[in-house]
Amino acid sequence: MALLQISEPGQTADPHQRRVAVGIDLGTTHSLVAAVRHGVAECLPDAAGQVILPSVVRYLQDGKRLIGTAALADAAHDARNTVVSVKRFMGRSVSDVAQASKLPYEWVDAPGMLKLRTVAGDKSPVEVSAEILAVLRQRAEDSFDDELFGAVITVPAYFDDAQRQATKDAAQLARINVLRLISEPTAAAIAYGLEHGSEGLYAVYDLGGGTFDFSLLQLSAGVFEVIATGGDSALGGDDFDALLAEHALAKAGAQALSPQDRRAVLVAARAAKEKLSAADHAILACPLGNAEVAVPLQRSELESLVEPLIRRSMQAVGRVLSDARVTAADVQGVVMVGGSTRMPAVVAAVEKLFGRAPLTDLNPDEVVALGAAIQAHALAGNAGAQDLLLLDVIPLSLGLETMGGLVEHVIPRNSSIPTARAQDFTTFKDGQTAIAIHVVQGERDLVAHCRSLARFELRGIPPMVAGAARVRVNFQVDADGLLAVDAQELTSGVAASVTVKPSYGLADDDIARMLNDSFTAAETDMAERARREAQVDAERLLLATQAALDADGDLLTQAQRAEVARLMATVVERLADAQTADAHAIVEAAEQLAKGTELLAAERMNRGIAQALTGRRIDDI
Amino acid sequence: MSRAPLRLDSDDFELFGLPRQFAQGAELIDRRRRELLAEVHPDRFASAGGAAQRLASQWASRVNEAHRRLKDPIQRAMQLCLLGGVPVDTERNTAMPAAFLTEQMQWHEALDEAQDDASLNPLAIEVKAAEQKRLAQLQDLLDAQGDLAAAAQAIRALLFVRRIAEHIAQKQRAVAEQRQ
Repeated sequence: MALLQISEPGQTADPHQRRVAVGIDLGTTHSLVAAVRHGVAECLPDAAGQVILPSVVRYLQDGKRLIGTAALADAAHDARNTVVSVKRFMGRSVSDVAQASKLPYEWVDAPGMLKLRTVAGDKSPVEVSAEILAVLRQRAEDSFDDELFGAVITVPAYFDDAQRQATKDAAQLARINVLRLISEPTAAAIAYGLEHGSEGLYAVYDLGGGTFDFSLLQLSAGVFEVIATGGDSALGGDDFDALLAEHALAKAGAQALSPQDRRAVLVAARAAKEKLSAADHAILACPLGNAEVAVPLQRSELESLVEPLIRRSMQAVGRVLSDARVTAADVQGVVMVGGSTRMPAVVAAVEKLFGRAPLTDLNPDEVVALGAAIQAHALAGNAGAQDLLLLDVIPLSLGLETMGGLVEHVIPRNSSIPTARAQDFTTFKDGQTAIAIHVVQGERDLVAHCRSLARFELRGIPPMVAGAARVRVNFQVDADGLLAVDAQELTSGVAASVTVKPSYGLADDDIARMLNDSFTAAETDMAERARREAQVDAERLLLATQAALDADGDLLTQAQRAEVARLMATVVERLADAQTADAHAIVEAAEQLAKGTELLAAERMNRGIAQALTGRRIDDI
Repeated sequence: MSRAPLRLDSDDFELFGLPRQFAQGAELIDRRRRELLAEVHPDRFASAGGAAQRLASQWASRVNEAHRRLKDPIQRAMQLCLLGGVPVDTERNTAMPAAFLTEQMQWHEALDEAQDDASLNPLAIEVKAAEQKRLAQLQDLLDAQGDLAAAAQAIRALLFVRRIAEHIAQKQRAVAEQRQ
């Protein structure tokens, strides 16, 4: 569409033209979107002034859904259709979900990734996450009154390939161009501007709603590098809530049997926990069946309850430090991230281990989104943000299954990405013509203890004696931490190769189907949206055409200029009619105009190249 | 600093602008990697379209892999032998001197018997010291004598030493986990 803009590779078409790029923290309990405005990163509020969007989606009978605060209010009385903490299910099967039976959902064990049965049909975690992302995208576009160029989306450093792929799929479904997935702790360090600070080792302690991450970052020569990362993908504030809820129920001699009751007591437990961060006493109050319970709680009770969980986090910290062969004393700053780090007991435990007070100046709920926004701003090529380079590592080892169910690690964890590595394998039997390749992720030596990512077969190997074939398996991990694998047999010269996507990711067909589903589910929304998009695009085209005519109109004959003017008038006419006309009519007129200016565009490009060559020759002299 | 244009098939030393020798400063290798990645990382081409992204990704992978090989002394030595036309060939060439094999067997027996830190830690220190000594010999063979065939033999021995060091570390971790 922007046919008249000529730009160098890697350069923005026009240095004054700003690209709207946002950072999105797609969190377990809540999600945020932030952007750099006037040089400062800030979280974007919704129409009601709220920056936090609860990561909750409620599906209704008529195919509609409620997202965020509206859905949260209903979580207690329609628990089955109200999906909370969906991030925990991303890229997982039912058996992966800790204590699935305690959660108020009807599970569907679909191949690859689980689904949730709702009144609106079976929903995959990718679809649920896409609903949340779509709300944030809309919020960003409303804030800037402009189309979104792209987004940096954060994932826990601990997320494996399947979970990262699922996150990218969700973004695609929400029609968001993902500039980069970055790890949450890295984003937090950027938000604190640590890259401007002194060189050395920094740590990020991120205790969120559903995941715990601990990362070590090395800063030197203005380059940020994640040198080690670890944590516990099933530890977070939700677990604190669950423990407190159980404790309160036991104290009251009550039971929460229905999904509604369970949800209600968890919500009340979270509120009580948050109160106990500032106060010594709180009352956990909630309706339960026909009765009402009110349990008084002390901060000390909460602290002794969650002490094992905090200890679990500190053990993970110890593992990461020892993996990186450093000690707590080597760390010169610790960033605190996640709502759960507001608990005084957590801050105290971190301070005790590192012997220094952690950084807590920024809002721990916002800090990840803010850092992602800064990175998005840089990646979109906006001015003043070129110097930041993030280097990342993969959190878990990648390998292949070999004879006897053993794992051969091809790329060890904490390897820098992007990376590519090859490993050679051979055949086990005489005359073997096919080889089964099973790609796994994890640290354990047995396949059964690792996560299966993909399986494929390499066929058509010419019959040879055992051990004579040379099968080279290539692993490639891109800068987002996503893996592609291919294999080929070398000795025969008959190379066969296959590229796989992780089996937990969605096939492009699935994405297309889901996109379709979401169109039909909200047809009126989509029509309105399409009209608005067409309007914006057409207005842009008009402006660009006018600018081109003003600059280089002399390249056209009078008749050609008249024809362009006629086409422009048609677009203006259709736009004026926008309230009644459909998007299609606007798009059609815009396409005619675009086609009619192709010649002008070509002539302008020639003139541009000629000018650039002249400029260079002058430089050379 | 000016240098010839880099190609994807430059060897690791050329790519990093380092002399082709065993002795290297770890910090310089790290710094060169960051300098190179600052030029070729895909994020530097985030708005430049798919083809530039793929090329950048290839380059960045190349830099990361070269860094890994240069940082690890054994891998670095293997690269030097390979560039000098003497591949180390760990799969076919497994003949080792008898004295070396005896030492290996003693270490394996000691490892089997060791069940606690009191016996594991001294063994770890002994193996580590043997590794250091062999690395110093390797440096002499490569940088002073230029005897690639002897260096290749020394590398094969070092791979055995490293493997037992890994087994010892594994057992130390297992003991530590049991204690917890």
